[in-house]
Amino acid sequence: MSNQILLSHGSGGLLSHELVRDIFIRHFDNPTLSAEGDSALLPALPAGRLALTTDSYVVQPLEFPGGDIGKLAVCGTVNDLAVAGAAPHYLTAGFILEEGLSLDLLERVVISMAATARAANVQIVTGDTKVVERGAADGLFINTAGLGVVPPGLALSPAQLEPGDVLLVNGTLGDHGMAVMMQREELAFTSTLKSDCAPLNGLIAALLAAAPGAVHCLRDATRGGLVTVLNEWAESGVGITIQETAIPVRDAVRAISELLGLDPLYAANEGKFVAAVAPEAAERALRALRAQPLGREAAIIGRITAKHAGRVVLETPYGAQRILQMLTGAPLPRIC
Amino acid sequence: MKYIDEFRNPQLATRLVAQIRREATRPVRLMEFCGGHTHAIFRFGLRQLLAGKVVLSSGPGCPVCVTAAADLDHAIALAGVPGVLLTTFGDMLRVPGSRGTLQDARAQGADVRLVYSPLDALKIARQHPQREVVFLGVGFETTAPGIAATLVQAQQESLTNFSVLSLHKLTPPAMRAILDAGEVALDGIIGPGHVSVITGSQAWQFLPRDYAIPCAVAGFEPLDLLSAISALVQASVTQTPTVTNSYGRSVRPAGNLVAQQLLERVFDVVPATWRGFGEIPASGLQLRAAFAAHDAALRFPLALTPVAEPPGCRCGEILRGVIQPPACGLFGRGCTPRHPIGPCMVSAEGACAAYFKYGIGVELKT
Repeated sequence: MSNQILLSHGSGGLLSHELVRDIFIRHFDNPTLSAEGDSALLPALPAGRLALTTDSYVVQPLEFPGGDIGKLAVCGTVNDLAVAGAAPHYLTAGFILEEGLSLDLLERVVISMAATARAANVQIVTGDTKVVERGAADGLFINTAGLGVVPPGLALSPAQLEPGDVLLVNGTLGDHGMAVMMQREELAFTSTLKSDCAPLNGLIAALLAAAPGAVHCLRDATRGGLVTVLNEWAESGVGITIQETAIPVRDAVRAISELLGLDPLYAANEGKFVAAVAPEAAERALRALRAQPLGREAAIIGRITAKHAGRVVLETPYGAQRILQMLTGAPLPRIC
Repeated sequence: MKYIDEFRNPQLATRLVAQIRREATRPVRLMEFCGGHTHAIFRFGLRQLLAGKVVLSSGPGCPVCVTAAADLDHAIALAGVPGVLLTTFGDMLRVPGSRGTLQDARAQGADVRLVYSPLDALKIARQHPQREVVFLGVGFETTAPGIAATLVQAQQESLTNFSVLSLHKLTPPAMRAILDAGEVALDGIIGPGHVSVITGSQAWQFLPRDYAIPCAVAGFEPLDLLSAISALVQASVTQTPTVTNSYGRSVRPAGNLVAQQLLERVFDVVPATWRGFGEIPASGLQLRAAFAAHDAALRFPLALTPVAEPPGCRCGEILRGVIQPPACGLFGRGCTPRHPIGPCMVSAEGACAAYFKYGIGVELKT
């Protein structure tokens, strides 16, 4: 077998067959996928509303400190289900491979997806592979869709937000965005910073169990970061106030942000969510998060308020307030 | 974090604010020359803390913003020359010239690449000997020495496929132009921090000497800015204009002599056209004849036509400190960071972008 992807890997012939069998079926390793049917045939799901989501992943570089495109493709979709209150059950995976992609790299990515799926307790039950000519894609694109079940009685949404609700995050912000940028831009300094890429369904299940009925809304703070999530929530008609000093940010992330003139509150995360919890349950929720490995640095960062409806306001340590606006355009480092 | 936390100490900041409020026996009108200062002032909420006592207005210290539209058109036209690979800092991509932006040119097939340092552009020139690699040189005294060093390097390596379109500008002449125009009444100037690292704080002596206006060179942290503002308030109230260096950890009175010599070696000082000002004497940097082989303006002589500002855009008045961004009819309506009409809404250092980002001009309903 050649050690790179050829157009004939996508032809449907022997090479396609070998690729599917030796890489995808072998590592994803579950009976539904191994049946190789045209559709995955699944047992009936537990009672509740079905949650279905899809997302495409085009990150560069394909491998970065703390993760890779495969881990990201599983975490991103699992987390989209989890913040809707759904227990994720099944994923699909579509791969677009560029001619010339290293098979070793592809296998590493698939192994990483399989390991992440096991950690998240989900199965990748069906998939698809296409090969495009060199130049028609950037190495490897992955699409995943996820199916989960929201238990009866649970309804998380911005419409549930109430003045007084306490806002929590499960840890430090900006790790993923800054780690990927450090890699991508070949900046002439090094750091030990890693992406926070992680499946959050276990942590969210623990939070929901610790504060039943008190969790009003959850959102994963991916592209656009914390401020984007909070502005989306504010659009539902509430006001939001957060305290600058309460927001957990790693020193390495702060340092890179200061050097380049970027703001970690707008940087992407792949293993962080924001929760709005009724005030009486806030301390309990915080303890439940901190008891889990992915929530050890969880913090209360602010509140929903009846004041300044539609606006997200940051209280600075100097006693001033400022509005945090939605990000417009890609953040660019400054000139001088 | 070292060099950050000690200059953000909230207790000291609160004491400085109280001191400034006590000493400002009448409202003191200051201009922060530098766009980086405008951002820092908003980011830390300093305007709000000094409201009623200190009036802060933004100056022209945004290199992207003061680049003339005709110069931008030149750069965009250059990007379209077959074989040219144009390299530039990120901010320049989205600035509208009279016929679109570099980003538009890129979408239409021009090879425009973002770099963080001119040395990266030099690296690209080495890697692509068959391409003409042009670096779009935009910036003040801060960035110009790095570009001068790059040009010296290119000359030593005989990298004949590397050239620079120099749109560099010098800041003291713009400050003079603002004061000579007499359009704004000012009691003090917050001197640019990074520029003064190169020029030295002495470069601002003409302000007290010729205009009887105090100047305080400031860094970009809350305590830097508050101590500069405090010095300016005292100088203004006691009518003893001087230059104060409130950024002593980075700025020396005479500046960075090595960088100054490098500028002298590579550039001639020439008149330059500033967006919003028109031509300002002795305010631009042009490559010296010895570097003509690396001068993109000579290597790719393109016909330039003067262009009018977009209708309704008041960036010129904003850059001269005559009005503040919310006074412009387009601010936040036709002109937003997503759909910028004028350059001040594009750059991270632009006053309009700062006002918009920090929600200034937006009322908080309480």
